[in-house]
Amino acid sequence: MSELPQRQTDIGPPHYEQFLPPVIKKNYGKWKYHEQLGPGHMVHVSESGDKLWTVRVASPRLLSTDTIKDICDIADAHCDGYLRFTTRHNVEFMVDDESKVEPLMKELKDKGFMIGGIGPRISNVVHTQGWVHCHSAATDASGLVKVLMDDLGEYFTTKSLPNRVRLAVACCVNMCGAVHCSDIALVGVHKTPPRIEHDKVKNLCEIPSTIASCPTSAISPDPQNKSVKIKIEKCMYCGNCYSVCPAMPIADPKNDGIAIVIGGKVSNLRSNPKFSKLAVPWLPNTPPRWTETVAAVRKILETYEAGAKKHERLGEWVERIGWEKFFKVTGLEFTLQHVDDFTFARETWRMAATFKW
Amino acid sequence: MSMKHQTPLLDELEKGTFPSFVKEIKRAAEHSDYAQDLLGLLELSYKEKVTHWKHGGIVGVRGYGAGVIGRYSDVPDQFPGVAHFHTVRVNQPSGFFYTTKALREICDIWDKYGSGLTNMHGSTGDIILLGTKTENLEPAFAELSSRGWDLGGSGSAVRTPSCCVGAARCEWANIDTMSITHEITQHYQDEMHRPAFPYKFKFKVAGCAVDCIASIARADMSIIGTWRGDIQIDQGEVKNYAQGGMDIQKEIVEMCPTECISWDGSELKINNEDCNRCMHCIAKMTKALRPGPEKGATILLGSKAPIVTGALMSWVIVPFMKMEPPYDELFDLVDRIWEWWDEHGKNRERVGELIERLSFTRFLKDVGLDPQPAMVKEPRRDPFFFWSEEDVEK
Repeated sequence: MSELPQRQTDIGPPHYEQFLPPVIKKNYGKWKYHEQLGPGHMVHVSESGDKLWTVRVASPRLLSTDTIKDICDIADAHCDGYLRFTTRHNVEFMVDDESKVEPLMKELKDKGFMIGGIGPRISNVVHTQGWVHCHSAATDASGLVKVLMDDLGEYFTTKSLPNRVRLAVACCVNMCGAVHCSDIALVGVHKTPPRIEHDKVKNLCEIPSTIASCPTSAISPDPQNKSVKIKIEKCMYCGNCYSVCPAMPIADPKNDGIAIVIGGKVSNLRSNPKFSKLAVPWLPNTPPRWTETVAAVRKILETYEAGAKKHERLGEWVERIGWEKFFKVTGLEFTLQHVDDFTFARETWRMAATFKW
Repeated sequence: MSMKHQTPLLDELEKGTFPSFVKEIKRAAEHSDYAQDLLGLLELSYKEKVTHWKHGGIVGVRGYGAGVIGRYSDVPDQFPGVAHFHTVRVNQPSGFFYTTKALREICDIWDKYGSGLTNMHGSTGDIILLGTKTENLEPAFAELSSRGWDLGGSGSAVRTPSCCVGAARCEWANIDTMSITHEITQHYQDEMHRPAFPYKFKFKVAGCAVDCIASIARADMSIIGTWRGDIQIDQGEVKNYAQGGMDIQKEIVEMCPTECISWDGSELKINNEDCNRCMHCIAKMTKALRPGPEKGATILLGSKAPIVTGALMSWVIVPFMKMEPPYDELFDLVDRIWEWWDEHGKNRERVGELIERLSFTRFLKDVGLDPQPAMVKEPRRDPFFFWSEEDVEK
């Protein structure tokens, strides 16, 4: 192997300034307003009169170096060698002259890129690693994103909604994706307790931290086996014990599935940020195309589209009409699982005599 | 290179209009044994509906305890190319801007030392270089760091801070999110690369209350730009919005949560004393309305996903802090919070959970923050509160 260069430590990331297109460097902090010109492009106007056009395209987040180099070729040809990614994994190409916009968009279209995701529509899906790279994944994440967006693609590229709809997918309840505060989100869930491999516990696990990992105190010591035991009736299948103790596998292909949570948001616009709430407790895990899950998401989205006022986020719409009405208009079944019995449960019970028939 | 494994289930995910991650893995598989065997392993997961990755082992680069996620397959004999498949987290530049030269450089290094697969970007914000062998970690790190790149955080450490696009391309940025994020990252290199905390600690910096980086939901410390003073109104532009078809009464006035806006058809008035700075009117009429003149940030603390005791959103601990370099006031506050968390936190206890366990009042007292109404949604409902020695007559 050739001689390696001298390594450096604790230098931190490169300074962002060297990656800013000249028009941004010049107008940094001086932007005055922006306008959406279409589903996937917009213009920012500076106090100085300078303008910056941005074209946004979808990405599967999991990118080969070959595709990154293709993206670089486009940025070299049209954007003087600069580009950026968004917080939701889209790619953004920026140009400083209106005449450069059309050729850029044409090349992106010709090369099969999906332009869109700006404004009151669906942007890209924030998601986790899934079966591609995670030990605790109850389902795949990239696959779910792909089938969701294949179905809802028109809400990225053309159709608009009452407001933006943020989708997220987490392959387990650790929720490395922003599932707990998204408009519509999928989360991989278990339905059966972990199995204790007693012969492995003593070598692989620290017993006190395994016991402490359980949110419902279902795990206690089992000194005879130098292991732990589980009070099955207290287990809520969160899998946190498996995170700290590999000898407690919880994956169960027959029973692992997908839950749908809805109505969360992180912005403060109009109403405060909201947590997502349970809409569907379990759907079967059916790769490769998860048709049941995709159909349920579409149903929720279309009901929102039909019922919400302009600018209302999904959670704001549900709060206005009431959750009891949400279950009625979507036709989703309300089950025992929808009634909270975890740590903050009491805040969710209806302490009023007002509700809709 | 032809594909080593048959993947009929994954092939279904090459169909459809949205860009396909399966096509990406196949592209890398043209020149990467890792990607070849990743396809085989992933197909097996699709067939059996179960993951084939084991818990991460302890791997990394010399002198660091973070930045690499160890990953091993549970079927290494079947798929030797992904027997080790460790992830390298490379700290992204603030705002996710790149030159093509820099990106190509990273790609070339990863083609040489890894799978040729990436995530742009991971959930926390890093550039994720997905999958390599243990013996390639040091050379990859030498190549990356000699070109100015460093690793991000992992484990019980400061996690790679990230931010929205901020002042680089947004008129609503009340604070310089990219500078603040860069300075936090540089200031806490040791805390990021050598995990020494009870658990992870995330920073996210948003320029305004729209919170495009989801800081309020996804960061232990959420820094959200805001302002004091009156919203600046351009009445001419307000009229342009009205003439352009916006129903100002319905879309702006009636949607204002504090009912502080009025519109008589020619003039928009805002009672700024009643405004809670939610950003709705400004976001909908960006040409006409701009945030007030005195800029700063609200500092919130505590958010996390549901594990262990339920999801939390960050709550206000400092209503307004000026955010100007060198950000000493912020660093001083962070150091006080960490000292308290180090002292009292249990293993794997996030700072938000610790505050819940020991109480917000104790946190405020110990960290030295004065109570203010902005910190609570409402005062307590119960009559059970503590007094200290000096509050009672002897």
